[in-house]
Amino acid sequence: MNAGFPAIGREPLFQDARGLRVSEVTLNDSALRGAEARSRAAVLKRLRVSDLAFRGLTRGAALMVLALLSGVILALVIGSVPALKAFGFGFITSEVWNPVTEQFGALAPIYGTLVTSIIAMVIAVPVGLMIAFFLTELCPMWLRRPIAIAIELLAGIPSIIYGIWGLFVFAPFLQKYVQPALIDTFDGVPVLSSLFEGPPYGIGMLTAGFILAIMVLPFITAISRDVFDAVPPVLKEATYGLGCTTWEVFKHVILPYTRVGVLGGVMLGLGRALGETMAVTFVIGNAHKVSASILAPGTTISASIANEFTEAVGDLYTSSLIALGLILFVITFIVLAIARYMLLRIQKRAG
Amino acid sequence: MAIAARNALYLRRRLRNTIARALAFAATAFGLGWLVLILGVLIFEGIGGLSLAVFTENTPPPGAAGGLLNAIMGSIVMTVLAIVIGTPIGVLAGTYMAEYGRHDKLASVVRFINDILLSAPSIVIGLFIYEVLVAPMGHFSGYAGSVALAVIVIPVVVRTTEDMLTLVPDTLREAAASIGLPRAHMIVRIAYRAARAGIVTGILLAIARISGETAPLLFTALNNQFFSLDMNAPVPSLPVVIFQFALSPYEEWQKLAWTGALLITVTVLALSIIARSLTARKS
Repeated sequence: MNAGFPAIGREPLFQDARGLRVSEVTLNDSALRGAEARSRAAVLKRLRVSDLAFRGLTRGAALMVLALLSGVILALVIGSVPALKAFGFGFITSEVWNPVTEQFGALAPIYGTLVTSIIAMVIAVPVGLMIAFFLTELCPMWLRRPIAIAIELLAGIPSIIYGIWGLFVFAPFLQKYVQPALIDTFDGVPVLSSLFEGPPYGIGMLTAGFILAIMVLPFITAISRDVFDAVPPVLKEATYGLGCTTWEVFKHVILPYTRVGVLGGVMLGLGRALGETMAVTFVIGNAHKVSASILAPGTTISASIANEFTEAVGDLYTSSLIALGLILFVITFIVLAIARYMLLRIQKRAG
Repeated sequence: MAIAARNALYLRRRLRNTIARALAFAATAFGLGWLVLILGVLIFEGIGGLSLAVFTENTPPPGAAGGLLNAIMGSIVMTVLAIVIGTPIGVLAGTYMAEYGRHDKLASVVRFINDILLSAPSIVIGLFIYEVLVAPMGHFSGYAGSVALAVIVIPVVVRTTEDMLTLVPDTLREAAASIGLPRAHMIVRIAYRAARAGIVTGILLAIARISGETAPLLFTALNNQFFSLDMNAPVPSLPVVIFQFALSPYEEWQKLAWTGALLITVTVLALSIIARSLTARKS
């Protein structure tokens, strides 16, 4: 087939970078008239068509990604119409969740989702940043890669494993040792006593938040490490030259310089924590209740859906669960969009 | 006096630095500790139940002995189908973004949306597939489960394909164009070949990702007590069986859940390590 190509033409075979237009001049050359030229023209035409077809195919696939997202949003909106019609705005503010009387309110799951995610971030952000600090500034070179990979393996463990582990190992441990201590310590302290109140069940919002923290830790660490590594060495060296300690360099130079990127990483982790399903479902206790105590069982949006969707009878019940899904999707979409925007900004700066 | 004050400041700064370093050590030990703890418990609890029966017998009724054969088969079949559906779409979309649309608006919008899909809650994907496939079909099915998994595969593959194709040097493309190769041929014969290891990595990562996914299967593929390869009916899968068995009060079921958890974790970690080493050798 290669022999069919004209060796020399008056113009290049391609006129533009897209490779769409093949020069016709070569084909009209008098020396190339006849059967040979016709077969060449046929080959070129075939190539042109296949070229166009391939481009169309890839474009279609790219558009499909857009269609997927719109499809998800559309399906969720359509599915949640009955529930939103029946309960209106009260769906978000009501705590009642009663399948028997078909009264549904999303307050408890929304509350649980936010509380567990906040607990997770309170633990994971400082720890993740400190690990990134360790990996970029303190760790000996030869140890950096193995430790970084080990931390990233945490992200590879499926969430159901965290769930089963949390239920059988971590929750009993918390119930036996940590929670009684927390209850005793804060007993009588004004605000904190209501935060750590009630019998130690083991499962509950604190346990779920803790497991979530371990799960989002690798995301925060990985992104912080990347942005810390991107700090120009001159900046660090200049600060060391002034006589600053490693910690001061980190606190006054690296952190301010990478603020946007770190925030992006944190938001990305938050997006994960908000939507995480299986690990939470195992240890949250599935109680549709808003309680001040973080030791109490609760529920999250994703855990409610996972626990109840297959058993949901009646359109209103199903629709309420889909409406929960819509709320979750909207929240995570906003959080993730902010995260991506921030990471894009720092990428642009890095060039 | 001034010197004493300066010394005090110096000591305070050094102390702070030492504390920060100690905290950084502690944080790293904390992170690594969880990995060791989780894997340790998993191996300890799971290895006892590991026997030939796990791979040759179906999931038992409560109180009886059995294996995980149907769940493992279901998982494999659904994963393969999901990859078959998701990979071509993902690779093609990634190709568009890296080869045709590097600077156009569509590509940057798709990139943004894709990144969001990449970390979107998988349970929402399950709801989506329930709405568009399960509800109209009127029953749960393995097909629906596969499609749900494929939706998770696509953004992973898009991302790695685009990244890997962007790494292919432009001189290769120019060389191809200079000998008159049409663009589509250049991409298929040259760019894909140069980025092959990276694209395969993306597919392996996608397999690793979906083989542990539970949430999107709960109300698409559902579950099944028996061995069945009928994809038009509910199909059992390892993660869903683990979910059901772990939360049950029966000891045999819980034991099988641990064994299944060990199997999944080993598979997933092995896949991601293989994927990593593929690209590590490349660079």
